[in-house]
Amino acid sequence: MRASAASPHGGLTAKVDHTLFVVVSRLVAIIAIVTVLAIASPHFLTWGNLVNVSRQASLQFLIASGLTIVVLTGGIDLAIGAILGLAACLSASLIVQGHVFWGIVSALASGLACGTVSGTLITYGRIPAFIATYGMLWIAHGLGYVFMEGEVIYGLPDAFRFIGAGFVGPVPVPVIVAVALLVALHVMLHRTVLGRAIYAIGGNPAAARLSGMPVRRRLIAVYALSGMLAGFAALVAIARVNAADSSLGEDLLLPAIAAVCLGGTSLFGGVGGIAGTAIGSLILALVVNGMNLLGVETFWQNGVMGAIILASVLADQLGGSRLIGKR
Amino acid sequence: MTETKAPIVSMRGITKAYGGVQALKGVDLDIYLGEVHALVGDNAAGKSSLIKTLAGAVRPDAGTITFEGREVRIEDPRDAKALGIETVYQDLALADNLDVPANVFLGREITRRPPFGWFLDNRAMEERARGLLARLKINIPNVRLKVRAMSGGQRQSIAIARCVCFNARVIILDEPTAALGVQETGKVYALIREMRDQGCGVLLISHNLNHVFENCDRITVMKTGSLVGSRRVEETTQDEVVKMIVSGTADPPRAAGRPQPLAQPG
Repeated sequence: MRASAASPHGGLTAKVDHTLFVVVSRLVAIIAIVTVLAIASPHFLTWGNLVNVSRQASLQFLIASGLTIVVLTGGIDLAIGAILGLAACLSASLIVQGHVFWGIVSALASGLACGTVSGTLITYGRIPAFIATYGMLWIAHGLGYVFMEGEVIYGLPDAFRFIGAGFVGPVPVPVIVAVALLVALHVMLHRTVLGRAIYAIGGNPAAARLSGMPVRRRLIAVYALSGMLAGFAALVAIARVNAADSSLGEDLLLPAIAAVCLGGTSLFGGVGGIAGTAIGSLILALVVNGMNLLGVETFWQNGVMGAIILASVLADQLGGSRLIGKR
Repeated sequence: MTETKAPIVSMRGITKAYGGVQALKGVDLDIYLGEVHALVGDNAAGKSSLIKTLAGAVRPDAGTITFEGREVRIEDPRDAKALGIETVYQDLALADNLDVPANVFLGREITRRPPFGWFLDNRAMEERARGLLARLKINIPNVRLKVRAMSGGQRQSIAIARCVCFNARVIILDEPTAALGVQETGKVYALIREMRDQGCGVLLISHNLNHVFENCDRITVMKTGSLVGSRRVEETTQDEVVKMIVSGTADPPRAAGRPQPLAQPG
């Protein structure tokens, strides 16, 4: 709490007290993981591996960033993986035909459209976010299958692949993209009217409504943004793997939720932030990379991930319970 | 402050049913500037429903509301705020995870000049919040703390201060001291009297008749959705008010005729 007086002006929403615990505990976790892996595997501290981890973490962050904002309002967006898959298919099909610009537009627009529909169903249709976005998951997923008819698109132009596989100096482009997005979203959350509404709705929806905030409009904007960010992540993903098929987004939802939780954002809303999700994504990427280097069987990997997520949330509950508070 | 003859708010024949339950059966109520008006009565008397219709949180089935002599429609909280009617809800409508300036300006954030109208002017909000707290003699040393970390009295003070900040004419409070200790209750009532002295009309719900008689100018009793009677504090006694609350009937007021506004103190 004392940190609030020292923090620079303006960062005065839900970050200071809770974040102190989260940041310290996560930094300790990262240092511990890196130390253990550096000792246990000779390959871990090689340049190639670190580039790999940073790219993996960046992509994970792009996927989880929109979800973070939704979770801060006290909602959930289960459709992000499916939207990513649909956006990837639509844009890849245009990009391989040489329409790079329209490919990019289609990814962002399809994500935006799906998110807007989810948000409208949640606010004006009064459907719980869990159900509305679960329905959207299957719709986006189904549209992707129909569109692709089982085909796989591969071989994207090099100019486009730059955003997923390129380097600026020694730094992978996805890392630069992720850092830029992190800064932009952090500013949005703490310095704009929309960001203030996001924390207020997550903290006390009734207070937000009674204060005269246009809560429904703000929520639609949040889900639309979440969808659009999934579309954006799709572009980086297909540029990296140089291919797209309709199953691309299938396994991306649960790791994204894990990254948000690991980052200390409360699933009840109002507490946490985008920087936490960046840290959470890095931890997730480190752990997966470490398990691969150490030859941990895939069967065990899922169990280990689950245990890590539970441990982090439990630590926040116990270590930060006074700060997180009850509602 | 000059003496005000006409009520700033007149509610007439306000009716509201929830399903088969008739919560309000044609209630009349006047609010005067420079007066603290207490609304008392048993549970389910309709007090909260009545203030919610004025606050825009509930739409009445029938009845009219006039504000400064004009008939107005109050269909949501924003309509009420636009008129200068501000409400402090029982459950402290603050966002716990935000700090004091963010809560004071909740829903009405100060923004930067266009084209940066989407960006918050956090510095301006903080300065104005500090000035506001100083003016109302509310003691909160660090306004950058989350509201969650504050005492019940401080939180209630913030909720009330929020009204003042936007030039409220009428302030509605639903049991403002229900969750507070003795000392904090005293401070909140001092704040309420301060707002009255600055010329606001105050309508509050309370279950504590001692507080009402110490701090209010007018008492209106309700029972099962109807008005029982309205008295100026110096014209009545606690015994009479208790009798009105319990029996739901009133003797004719000792001072005959329509209730008159009080002379302003000072």
